[in-house]
Amino acid sequence: MKRREFLTLPGSSLGGVLLYTLAGEPVRMQAQTGEIKVPLRFFTSAEARVVQAACDRIFPSDASGPGATEAGVVIYIDRQLAGPYGRDKYRYTKPPFVESVPEHGYQGKAAPREIYREGIQKLGDFASLAPAARDEKLRGIETSTFFRLLRQHTIEGMFSDPLHGGNAGMIGWQLIGYPGPRMSYREEIDKAPGQAYRQKPASLAQIVGHPVTGWEDEKG
Amino acid sequence: MPQIKPVDVVIAGGGFVGLTLAKEITARTSLSVLVVERGQPRKLADYAAGMDELDYALRFRMMQNLSEETATHRHSAKAAAVPIRQYGSFNPGTGVGGAGEHWGGISYRFYPEAFRLASFLREKHGGTLPENLAVQDWGLSYEEIEPYYWRAEQMIGVGGRAGNLGGKAVDGGNVFEGPRSHEYPIPPHKQTYATTLFEKAARGLGYHPYPVPTATLSRTYTNPDGVTRTGCAYCGYCTRYGCMIGAKAQPTNLLMPLLAKRKNFELRTGCSVRRVVHQDGKATGLTYRDETGAEVFQPAQIVIVASWTLNNSRLLMLSRVGQPYDAATGKGTLGKNLTHQVSQATRVFLDKPLNAFMGAGGLGIGISDFDGKEGVDRFAGVLRGGNIRLMSTGEGPVGGFGAIPPGEVQSEWGSDWKKAALAWHDRVASISSEAEHLAYRQNYLDLDPTYKDQYGDALMRLTLDWTAHERAQGAMLGQIQGQIGKAMGGRVGPPNSRLLERYTVTQYQSTHVNGGAIMGTAPESSVVNPWLQHWQMANLWVVGGSAFPQNGSGNPTLTILALTLRAADGLIDRYLKKPGELA
Repeated sequence: MKRREFLTLPGSSLGGVLLYTLAGEPVRMQAQTGEIKVPLRFFTSAEARVVQAACDRIFPSDASGPGATEAGVVIYIDRQLAGPYGRDKYRYTKPPFVESVPEHGYQGKAAPREIYREGIQKLGDFASLAPAARDEKLRGIETSTFFRLLRQHTIEGMFSDPLHGGNAGMIGWQLIGYPGPRMSYREEIDKAPGQAYRQKPASLAQIVGHPVTGWEDEKG
Repeated sequence: MPQIKPVDVVIAGGGFVGLTLAKEITARTSLSVLVVERGQPRKLADYAAGMDELDYALRFRMMQNLSEETATHRHSAKAAAVPIRQYGSFNPGTGVGGAGEHWGGISYRFYPEAFRLASFLREKHGGTLPENLAVQDWGLSYEEIEPYYWRAEQMIGVGGRAGNLGGKAVDGGNVFEGPRSHEYPIPPHKQTYATTLFEKAARGLGYHPYPVPTATLSRTYTNPDGVTRTGCAYCGYCTRYGCMIGAKAQPTNLLMPLLAKRKNFELRTGCSVRRVVHQDGKATGLTYRDETGAEVFQPAQIVIVASWTLNNSRLLMLSRVGQPYDAATGKGTLGKNLTHQVSQATRVFLDKPLNAFMGAGGLGIGISDFDGKEGVDRFAGVLRGGNIRLMSTGEGPVGGFGAIPPGEVQSEWGSDWKKAALAWHDRVASISSEAEHLAYRQNYLDLDPTYKDQYGDALMRLTLDWTAHERAQGAMLGQIQGQIGKAMGGRVGPPNSRLLERYTVTQYQSTHVNGGAIMGTAPESSVVNPWLQHWQMANLWVVGGSAFPQNGSGNPTLTILALTLRAADGLIDRYLKKPGELA
């Protein structure tokens, strides 16, 4: 059996509560202390560190607020790649595989998890590079299928429901003022035009009152 | 092959069309009706836990599993087709209710002249029409379909405001539409900040804005079948999702409650129809694979093909019913007149937050000043137009992230991009259009010679590309979209003109793919007669968007349902009394 791989993160790096200064600057209050040991489903620890470092350059933690690191985007991507999406369970994968025009999209044989494994390998010692060098390396692969997936998955891991492993503490939803999948805006929809409706975010599990299983966790 | 108890009527496909036919036949006759559906049953109770953008809007959890079956595409008969390997330009449904569960509810009627488009264009433009144009008359007038539009609008509960009541223009509705015999069954939705901005701007420019007609109820409504549904809660989980409160018209809450009580109705799920079986010019039943993988022959007196549009044509081709269309000679009818819909969209960047996560699939304001009979007249080279509208469909936090005015940042990732994307978040609206797509000789369907489905059957092959006409339509619509966007006080992005350069399967346009088994006035030029009965097989009916000779502007579901109700009348009131060809 394969040795279990973990990603160890400082608890203070994940989630938290976002507050704003009078000048509108976001400040994140830390919610957790100690270390969090996340069991990995697909990545090795080394691979996870590379992906985490890359996501952090795509959606950085900076003056405009928290980013991929605080949202735990790498955990989201790890689960997606381990699940049916990563294995291409829902993509047409019968041969022949023929290169075609761009209007036909990705026609390759490799599943997302294979694209990642190869892409990560090409990034080499990425995790040990300085931020500027990391950016340069990413700019060099901007047009690759791997980078296109990585960018898309980073946004997904920032803003999808926390049931999928990202958006820790709903930090992504706090950042954009998304209130979560609420059941009704019957009273609010035509009120206060031009003013932001702001509520503390609620996750799908909180709203329906029971845990919700993502497609990535489905058997078979 | 095991043969089982014969039924009177067997219907391939348990979507909106198949279940509507089953509802009509089981209510008005004592015939036994069996619906065979490849997917699984659904219930409203499952839909609340489905308010998840990732699985449903981005990973297409309710839709056909493309690893089992997809279609292939090529731009011309000279090019090689490749499979549509992942979701893109359209979203075929599966399971009970089909795409009728995850549609948006928008319920337009087509324009009167659209039903006699070939005659209309000949009268208007004489002999100057493009040579490869393949538009045809439907064999059915607007006056003939109007009562069925009205029945369909009552059945699904369309909310809106009439713009033409019995020939009299009514301000506040779509004054360019065909005459209605009745006002809409219920009033339109509440409007959002974004749609009211659009309405004001359009009216200020002299256009005629109206609330987009929709079957996502604006209030509690009981239809003539006695089915009561509650009003929309504007949760925004609508298009690509099932509605958990049943405000959206979905077969699971509109038709299944009635059918469940009918003793002469049976639904078999997990059963994938493979062939229409026929002998000596008569359909004798159909074969399907059941859940165990066994092939079953189901005998029936009447066979109705009622699956999603492309699958209707494919089932006929695989079953060798009718003559396949040959694009080189123009002979044959099965597979011809494939159409999609001409999409164009322009982003408007606004000052204030929109709360765009609130909404409903059909909530919006539109104009049709550049649509219908005369709307395109001042645009050279444009034969037919489309609507222009701003919809508040409910934007997800992932899909709605990242729209930035062009040129504002250099990169699509990193600190500057993130800052700009956050600054513009929830201040971006999209003005979009759906225009009529004309039929052309070179756009058609046939069986792919290379790629197969999970059972080894050939996939449907789409040969389809845009022409100069669609690009001219797109340019016209983009220009007006930009004009309205500016009048809304926004910064306007350029229209997406690349979309109409070449047909692309990677970008969602609409699920409004039509044609292939078209209706018409003669067996030489169509597959089914105006009752949607097969010209060569009187006990075979082919019902759905596959019957459109070309596509209208606006969403096709209402027209599909009107044709379905009319086909039911033809079958029940005419065919059963005197079996044989109705036309």
